[in-house]
Amino acid sequence: MAKIYFTADHEWLSVEGGIATVGITDYAQEQLGDLVFVELPETGKKLAKGDTAVVVESVKAASDVYAPVDGEITEANGTLSSDPSLVNSAATGAGWLWKMKLADESQLASLMDETAYKAHIA
Amino acid sequence: MTGDDRHLPLEDIHAAAGARFGAFAGWSMPLTYPAGVMKEHLHTREHAGLFDISHMKLFEVSGPQAVALLDRACPLDAGALEISQSKLTFFLNEAGGILDDLIVTRLGDTRFMVVANAGNAVADEKHLRALAADFDVKVEPLDRVFLAIQGPEAWAALSRAGLETGSLLFMHGIEPRKNWFMSRSGYTGEDGFEIGLPQADARELLAKLLEDERVLWIGLAARDSLRLEAGLCLHGQDITPETDPAAAALMWAIPKEIRASGTFIGADALRAVVERGPAQKRVGLKPQGRQPVRAGASLFDTDGNPVGHVTSGGFGPSAGHPVAMGYVATPLAKPGTRVFADVRGTKIPIDVSSLPFTPHRYRKG
Repeated sequence: MAKIYFTADHEWLSVEGGIATVGITDYAQEQLGDLVFVELPETGKKLAKGDTAVVVESVKAASDVYAPVDGEITEANGTLSSDPSLVNSAATGAGWLWKMKLADESQLASLMDETAYKAHIA
Repeated sequence: MTGDDRHLPLEDIHAAAGARFGAFAGWSMPLTYPAGVMKEHLHTREHAGLFDISHMKLFEVSGPQAVALLDRACPLDAGALEISQSKLTFFLNEAGGILDDLIVTRLGDTRFMVVANAGNAVADEKHLRALAADFDVKVEPLDRVFLAIQGPEAWAALSRAGLETGSLLFMHGIEPRKNWFMSRSGYTGEDGFEIGLPQADARELLAKLLEDERVLWIGLAARDSLRLEAGLCLHGQDITPETDPAAAALMWAIPKEIRASGTFIGADALRAVVERGPAQKRVGLKPQGRQPVRAGASLFDTDGNPVGHVTSGGFGPSAGHPVAMGYVATPLAKPGTRVFADVRGTKIPIDVSSLPFTPHRYRKG
């Protein structure tokens, strides 16, 4: 059973078997508005917590999405190349951004659960 | 957003409509409404988009020497304008740089309406008043709500709301009611109207317009993507005090006789630029692929030499691809020329493109 975490930067992580699937929250996609382009990372890229992993571009502006923990990219959501609007319509599902192999699972302890995140955006 | 931003008189109506606000030119402005920038943009091209542009400023210039003042202040032949005719013009500095772009409409023999950009309104008023000291003329800033309604169904929505627009043509303006000013013009490339009116009248008109399902509030985000697709300049980005009308490819706004013999501020400098030709020119830019190229990006030729920069860029919802405009070295200003932008280390191929990206659909008669 996957466990879900959230960051203060409005990302979600679904962690299962040492692999995190990462996306932005529904709140974040609403703030960004309609996305028209997602710059995806290459598989195998190693990221430290806080590095820019993905750039999402709305009609108006480009915004960085940061790696919430250390790890290595194992997969990027290629569907977003042809349909970036999936991030708007299904931010927490089909609009996921990348998967990463966690370098240090203990970093998850500093992230929020859903209750804490809901309080964060309230 | 800082707490110092000015608030629109109709802010309560925008808040009730679910607007998301942001700072622009010293004002707290609706950026988007719940429909979102994409739907708002497309709705305007298909039906009628309603914009609150009360951050812009209306000035009435009147008096025996109104024509003389405007001919001095702008590269304009104000006396040649017919009554109700509007014209795009500029305040230039002595170097020919664009202090602001304006729409001037002749209301009567010695009365004109001047519409100025929000960010420049204070400087414009000061500039115009200083010049007016030498003329027998009155410069009066008007306290108005200013609305734009744009799109193919704008005229029908206004008609339903009791405002007939039938004989009014593109780039003409009239005073349909006391203290109202209405022109057939806009910033989207569509047929449409801009209406300055007292707040109480605006609330009454809006109540009727918003009952109409063809009419949707449109925020600044879509206003920007609409004007960019239409190839229209945003002052402060695409035109600035450092760019002149020749480089900005806006010489069409300056009558031929005036270019040769006008005594407007900046005339000599502009003549010199026209004579030697501008070093750079404003052009449309069509990035290849899906990735938008934003304002500030540098442009390079095939050999990697710097050749210009992007002044506005984003995605064109109607065009269906990224759109931009900017300045390139004059020899490269021909449509079809390939240049490159550096976006976060990736070279994006861009074709110089003719403007507009979406055809203008003005009602010219």
